[in-house]
Amino acid sequence: MHAFKLPGIAMVLVLLAGCSGIEPWVKPYERDNLADPIMSLSRHGYADTYMHHVYQAREAARGAEGGTGGGCGCN
Amino acid sequence: MVVAAISLVTGTLRLYWAWLNGTRLRVYSSGRVCSHPAGGAATKQARIASPVFRQTYTLLALLAFTTTSFAATLAPDAVDIMHHRYEGGGMEIDGPSVLVRKSIGTQVSVTGHYYIDSISAASVDVIALGSSEYTEERTEISGGIDYLHEKTIMSMGYTNSSENDYEANTLYFSVSQDFFGDLTTLTLGYARGWDDVGQRGQPESEWEEADRHNYKIGVSQVITRNMLMGLDIDVITDEGKLENPYRRNRYVDASATAGYSFQNELYPDTRTSTAAALRVMYYLPYRASLKADYRFFRDTWGIQAHTVGAGYTHTFGDHWKADIHYRYYTQDQADFYADLFPFQNSQTHLARDKELSQYAGSTVGLGASYELKQGVIPGIDRLLFSVLLDRLDFSYDNFRDLTQTGHAVGEEPLYAFDALVSRISLILEY
Amino acid sequence: MIKQFKGLFALLVIAAMATSVQAENLEGPAPDFTLKSKSGENVRLEDLRGQVVMLNFWASWCGPCRQEMPHMEDIFKKYEKFGFTVLAVSVDENPEDANRFLDAVPVSFPILYDTESRVSQLYDVDAMPTTVMIDRDGNKRFLHRGYKPGYEKDYKKQVKKLIRE
Repeated sequence: MHAFKLPGIAMVLVLLAGCSGIEPWVKPYERDNLADPIMSLSRHGYADTYMHHVYQAREAARGAEGGTGGGCGCN
Repeated sequence: MVVAAISLVTGTLRLYWAWLNGTRLRVYSSGRVCSHPAGGAATKQARIASPVFRQTYTLLALLAFTTTSFAATLAPDAVDIMHHRYEGGGMEIDGPSVLVRKSIGTQVSVTGHYYIDSISAASVDVIALGSSEYTEERTEISGGIDYLHEKTIMSMGYTNSSENDYEANTLYFSVSQDFFGDLTTLTLGYARGWDDVGQRGQPESEWEEADRHNYKIGVSQVITRNMLMGLDIDVITDEGKLENPYRRNRYVDASATAGYSFQNELYPDTRTSTAAALRVMYYLPYRASLKADYRFFRDTWGIQAHTVGAGYTHTFGDHWKADIHYRYYTQDQADFYADLFPFQNSQTHLARDKELSQYAGSTVGLGASYELKQGVIPGIDRLLFSVLLDRLDFSYDNFRDLTQTGHAVGEEPLYAFDALVSRISLILEY
Repeated sequence: MIKQFKGLFALLVIAAMATSVQAENLEGPAPDFTLKSKSGENVRLEDLRGQVVMLNFWASWCGPCRQEMPHMEDIFKKYEKFGFTVLAVSVDENPEDANRFLDAVPVSFPILYDTESRVSQLYDVDAMPTTVMIDRDGNKRFLHRGYKPGYEKDYKKQVKKLIRE
């Protein structure tokens, strides 16, 4: 399954992290829109997580619902 | 503080080492690891949802973590109170949810969560089997801890879900790392679940077990200053008693008055599933956002499912926001599913659980929220009050409504129902 | 697949242990700039030659930046009389957002607006917040990337050092 290839890609990403060759194309001071709460996956806190409860109890499909990232990138 | 940090790190490494050795981790309060797990990995209504789907609550353990943290900063201290209500298909489920997050020092944040489902059910599954409406309560408690080091967040947590005939325990662990000037976030997670599946009235010593492993990988990428993309992949394996002990399937039986008789469900002992989802978020210049997502799902039971969703959020002034979203879901049936089997024990595995049938579901959701930033209420940095309503429609292609009498066997109308989900939530950041 | 996953997990944890540079020493003159301040007048860095300047880049949407403000206020109040000032450059595209934050958390040091990110680019800002310590001769001396509670102790130490020079 293609799913199995992704850990390999991720491993490459981790190794690349050591290299500083790639310049970030969105500067930290340009992240104001990304830091806006409306660009967050779960703006409503646990209320958003709850909907996954509702679907998982009634559907056969499960997984791949969440995510991190974006935000202000501070620190 | 240093002692706490050291015991946290050694506790983490101990868990990690035990996991590498495939040790079955029983979570007793260890005292070494601050035990306030977060996440909601557990079960739902016993007779309403098959254990198959209850087991997937492992995912919520990971979900609660992933959806609250941002790149390289811990989530803010907050109290998140919600009242939830589901009504539809003959079922009413409501209850409270309270989540508290508190930071300890500068690098650690702990969460505790308490959640209840109060269920009264007269669903098609219950009525068709001749049972009457019943009520039940499910309680879920979780605790978790996040540790921030430079651009990495390590999290772990524990959840217990308990009802009178089902007990689920989940332990999760995840690592999230930022790369490339914080434009990329990679998250890896693993959750392990232990469920005890029983029936009402059955002594706990006779309950059976179901275990699961959940491997999760997610990549989130900043594309432009207005666009985010994410890719998530989940691989889940279950093993043990995966069928719902209360559900029955039916087979043609000329000797029965109804023309059919019931027999127990019989599922395979194992199930492995893979889900991959892609999502995009785009910021519109007038303080609005667009979201779109697609998920593909496939498992070893022959089920394939597709989920698509789209959403729009609009900001009005300084305080008000409105959301609208649409979700469409389709799945095809499990290999061993049938609404009506030709005779008793006609297959190795038998299922008539409607969650394994072929069907489509759609959701339309609306939300409104009010936000207050710091300076208005002393001690509160941010307040968010939200009211969210979702209407779900399910329409089954090969599951029939046996509560409709007066039809020939196998020609009862196909089942369909709708449900209204309401959520009222108050988040206070302090 | 599970083996790959475990390997990747291990790698990630190891990568996590690697530290990135959050504070470093700098050399060379601090590039000059002129920006409009909250009180209306233009502020030019060259005019502050002879004072120790703590140049801070912040934004209203950045959590750690907001956390840092009260600490900067403490440092400003304590050392101002020794020839020290804080210049807090807001990189908010819309100055209204910065002002709204300052209404709730008032400070007494100068606030400058860099709405076009000119000065952020000039100083190669690659983290939010960023603090640059500039000595009385107008040279860059110390750099801090990001803010976590506890950094203000380093700020104080460095300000004291530069004041005494």
